[in-house]
Amino acid sequence: MDASLPAHMRPERSFQGFILALQRFWAEQGCVILQPYDMEMGAGTFHPATTLRALGPKPWNAAYVQPSRRPKDGRYGENPNRLQHYYQFQVIMKPSPPNLQELYLKSLAAIGIDSAVHDIRFVEDDWESPTLGAWGLGWECWCDGMEVSQFTYFQQVAGFECAPVAGELTYGLERLAMYVQGVDRVYDLNFNGREGDAKVTYGDVFLQAEQEYSRHNFEHADTAMLFEQFKMAEAACRKYLDAGWREGGNRKQHLMALPAYDQCIKASHVFNLLDARGVISVTERQSYILRVRELAKACGEAWIHTEAGGAA
Amino acid sequence: MPDLLLELFSEEIPARMQGKAADDLRRMVTDKLVAEGLVYEGAKAFATPRRLALTVHGIPARQPDLKTERRGPKVGAPDAAVQGFLKATGLKSLDEAKIQRDPKGDFYIGLIEKPGRDAIDVLAEILPVIVRTFPWPKSMRWGARSGKPGSLNWVRPLHAITATFGLETEEPDVVKFEVDGIESGQTTYGHRFLAPAAISVRRFEDYEAKLLDAKVVLDPERRKDAILTDAKQLAFAQGFELVEDQNLLDEVAGLVEWPVVLMGSFEPEFLATPAEVIRATIRNNQKCFVVSDAKTGKLANKFILVANIEATDGGKTIIAGNERVIRARLSDAKFFYETDLKTKLEDRLPKFEQIVFHEKLGTQAARIKRIERLAAEIAPLVGADVARATRAAHLAKADLLTEVVGEFPEVQGLMGKYYALAQGEDPSVAAACEEHYKPQGPADRVPTDPVSVAVALADKIDTLVGFWAIDEKPTGSKDPYALRRAALGVIRLIAENALRLSLMKVAASALAGLWVKPADAQKLPSDLLTFFADRLKVQLREQGARHDLVDAVFALGGQDDLLMIVRRVEALGKFLDTDDGKNLLAGTKRASNILSIEEKKDKRSFDGTPDAALYSLHEEKALAKAIGEVKTEASVAVAKEDFAAAMSAMAKLRPPVDAFFDKVRVNDDDTKVRENRLKLLNEIRSATRAVADFSKIQD
Repeated sequence: MDASLPAHMRPERSFQGFILALQRFWAEQGCVILQPYDMEMGAGTFHPATTLRALGPKPWNAAYVQPSRRPKDGRYGENPNRLQHYYQFQVIMKPSPPNLQELYLKSLAAIGIDSAVHDIRFVEDDWESPTLGAWGLGWECWCDGMEVSQFTYFQQVAGFECAPVAGELTYGLERLAMYVQGVDRVYDLNFNGREGDAKVTYGDVFLQAEQEYSRHNFEHADTAMLFEQFKMAEAACRKYLDAGWREGGNRKQHLMALPAYDQCIKASHVFNLLDARGVISVTERQSYILRVRELAKACGEAWIHTEAGGAA
Repeated sequence: MPDLLLELFSEEIPARMQGKAADDLRRMVTDKLVAEGLVYEGAKAFATPRRLALTVHGIPARQPDLKTERRGPKVGAPDAAVQGFLKATGLKSLDEAKIQRDPKGDFYIGLIEKPGRDAIDVLAEILPVIVRTFPWPKSMRWGARSGKPGSLNWVRPLHAITATFGLETEEPDVVKFEVDGIESGQTTYGHRFLAPAAISVRRFEDYEAKLLDAKVVLDPERRKDAILTDAKQLAFAQGFELVEDQNLLDEVAGLVEWPVVLMGSFEPEFLATPAEVIRATIRNNQKCFVVSDAKTGKLANKFILVANIEATDGGKTIIAGNERVIRARLSDAKFFYETDLKTKLEDRLPKFEQIVFHEKLGTQAARIKRIERLAAEIAPLVGADVARATRAAHLAKADLLTEVVGEFPEVQGLMGKYYALAQGEDPSVAAACEEHYKPQGPADRVPTDPVSVAVALADKIDTLVGFWAIDEKPTGSKDPYALRRAALGVIRLIAENALRLSLMKVAASALAGLWVKPADAQKLPSDLLTFFADRLKVQLREQGARHDLVDAVFALGGQDDLLMIVRRVEALGKFLDTDDGKNLLAGTKRASNILSIEEKKDKRSFDGTPDAALYSLHEEKALAKAIGEVKTEASVAVAKEDFAAAMSAMAKLRPPVDAFFDKVRVNDDDTKVRENRLKLLNEIRSATRAVADFSKIQD
C-alpha cells in the first residue's frame, strides 16, 4: 500500500480509493486501464476487451471496472450482500504471464490484504460460460474463507481455442471492500473516504437504485417489449455479421465484428431480464442460452478475421 | 544402487485430484523402468497443493546387456539374402556368424549384442514422455507457448521440474531433460508465503527435510494426522469433541502445505437451525469442521478451520475473517430454514406439475401420485396404516422444493422430516419423509417403521418398474438412475423386515399405474424378477455366501416371494455343508447325468410313475419307498415354510440313493426293467425339486 496517500484515498477507508489502488497497480504492470463498457452486461467477461480480445494471437493487457447487472440477484435493497447492480474489476493478460499468481497476490497487498496475517488460498473452480461458449481452468481465490476473486486461464472463448491463452482475474469489488473496511452491510461502505457530513456511503449512491431496479426487474419490466428486443438484437447481430464480410462471401476479412457483438451483449442482458421476470420456462431457458451462444460464436469468428483479432 | 527423486512443481492442483495423480506418477515411472529392464527396490509418491513428488530407490545404474540371436539365410543362399542378413545384424562378414544345423539344413546365426544403457539416460528419455502424457482428468494450456501447437498440457501451469539420480554416498546427477521450455534441475521452492525462496535439493532425504524447514509437509498422510490430532486437541481443551469427517479431512489436507488448525465461533442463536443444516453450511461452503458438546453430544457454536499459514498475529485475523463468512452463511441458512417453515409441505406440491421427472415417465407430480397409490396397496402387506402410508407418500418428496434442500441437496429427506414434524404430522409420517430414501447402499440402515417401509418400497418399485417400462435398464458399468441400488434396497427391506409379498403382483400393479404401456408389458414383472435374482446373487457373493443356490431356487419357477427365496437359500446352504447334503447332491447329479444320456439315446423322457411290480431288487424297493416318504414329508415342511425340516427330510434319501447306485444296474437287459429304473431315477430328481433344482448347484 502506498503510505503517501491521503487518508480519504486509502483503500481500507474508501471504496473509490480501493478501486483507484487496483487500477494503479495494474497500470504499473503494463495494462491499459479502460473505462466501463457502455452497455448493460452480466459480468466483466462480456466486455469486448475480454471476450473478443482473448481471441487471436496478439498480446493484450487490460484492466477495467465493469458495472455488472444480474437482474435476478436484486433484493429490493434488503439483503446485506446481494445486489442486482455491482462492480467487477477485471484484468486480462494475454498471453498469461508466468508470474500471474504473484501479480495477483501483490495486487491484494496493494489494497491492504497482507499475506502475513491473511490466509489466501487458490481453491479449484473451473469456469464456464454457456452463453459465451467459453471455458477455462483456475480457482476461486479465498481470503480467510471468503471468495474474493476468480482466477481463470481461458482455454476457449466463443467456441474458439485461445492461442495463446489469456489469464483473467475478476475481483468482486464490493465484497472485498466490505472486508477491508470491516463492514457487514454493503450499503454501509464508505464510498468517498470522508467522515462526518462529507461522508458518502454506498447506500447513499445505490440503495434507491437497488429498490427501483428490483421493482423493475421482478415486477414491471415490459416483457412483451423484451421478447421483441431479444428478437431484434438477434436479427441485427446476424445482419451486421453478414454485412461485415469484406468483398462479399470469401470470408477472409471482417469489418464489423464489434457492432455485431454489441447486439449479442444486448440479447444476453434482455434474456437475463426475462429470466428474472420468470417468463421463461426451464426448457425454453436452455434454448435462449443456446441462441445467445450461437451469436457469440459467430461474433468470435468475425473477430478473428479483423485486424485486432489477428487476421493477416 | 542409485535412487531417483522427481518433483513436478506447479500452481495449485485441485485437492480432489492429488491422490490419484501421485499414484499415477508412481505407476507410470515404475512401469516404464521395469519395461526397460530396470527393476527397482521401492517407490513412493506424494502430493501437496503445489507439487507431485516421487522417490524410487534401488534402481540399477545400468540396464542389463541384451543378447539376441538372429537366424539368417541358409548356407549357400544367394548373395542378396546374405547382404541383407549382414546389414540387419551389423556383422562385417559371414565369418562372424555361427552356423547352426537343423532338419531343414545349415543356417547362419548372427549374435547381436545390445549393451545396456545407463539408467540416467533411460530416465532422461522416459520422464518427459510421462509428463507429456500424464492422465489428468482435466488439463490446460498457459502462457506464451500456448500460442503454438503441441504445447504442454498440465493440470495448472507447471513451473519447475526437479529430477536427480545417484547414490546415497555421492553427489547425485540431474536427469537432464526439457519439456516445453522447462529444464529439469534440482531447484524447488518452499511454502508460497512462509518460505518462498528457492531451495537446492540433492535426493529424497534432504528434499523432504528441506521442505519441512521451508514449511511444507510433503506427505499428505502426515498433514492429515497433524490436522486430526490438532483439531481433536483444540476441541478437547475447551470441552468439545470434533465431529470427524474423513472426506472433509482428505480435501482440507489437499488445500494446505503447512496446516495450522484454529478454532472460531458463531452466535449460539444459530443453533436453533437444525444441526445437519449448520454442518452442511460450514462443511460445504467453508470446508471447516464442526464440534459437539462433549457431554450432551449436541452441536456446539464452534467450528474448526485449517489455515495454510502461521500468521504473525497468531491467527486472530484469519479467525475473525472466517467467523464473518460463517456468520453470513449461517444467517442465509437460517433465513432459508425459517422461510421454508412458512409454507406447508402440501402447498408446495402443485409446483411438481411443472417439473419433469423423466420425459417418458411424466412429471414429479404424476410420480408422487403413483407412489401414493402403490404405498397404499403395500401398506396392509407390511403392517402399515394405509392412511398414514398414503399421507407420507404424499408429502415425502415435497422438501425437494424447499430453500434448504435447494442449497444443500444432501439433507433431502431429513428436512422433510423436520418440516413435517413442525406442521404437526404424525411422527411415523414425518419419519417416512426421511426414511423412504433408505437404504441408500449396502451399509445404510434399513427402516423398520411399517409406514417408512411401505413408502420406501413403493418409491423404489415405482422407479424400477418405470425405467424397465421405458427400457432404461442398467448395462455394464452404466446405471445412471441407480436401479441396482434400488433393487438391493427392496431386497434388504423385505429380508431384514421379514416381509411377505409377491413381487410379481406389486410390479404388475406399479406397471398398471404408468402412463406408458410398454409393448412387452406381460414379460416385464418376470424380467424384473430376474434382475432381483441377480442382485440377490451379488449381495450373497459379497457376503461370502453361495450365490449359485439362488439359481437353484429360482429354477423351481413361480418364486417371487423374496423372503422365502432367501430362507430357502439359507437352509439349502446349511444342508449342503453336511455330508448328507453333499452325498445327496452327488447322487442326484449322478441320476441326472444317467438320465440325460439315456434320454438322448432313446430320444424320449422317462416321466411317469414307476411300476412297483417291476422292482426285483431290495434296493429298488427301498429307494422307491424312501422317495415316497421324503416327498410327502418335504412338501409338508415346505408348506409350513420350515425349510430346515424339508432339508432334514431330504437327508433321509441319501442312504437308499447310495445303496441303489451301489447294487443296482440301471441299464438292465430287460428293456421294461431298464425303463422302470430310469423312471425311478427321475423320481429322485423330482423329489429333490421340493426344495431346489439340484442340477443348478455348482460342485
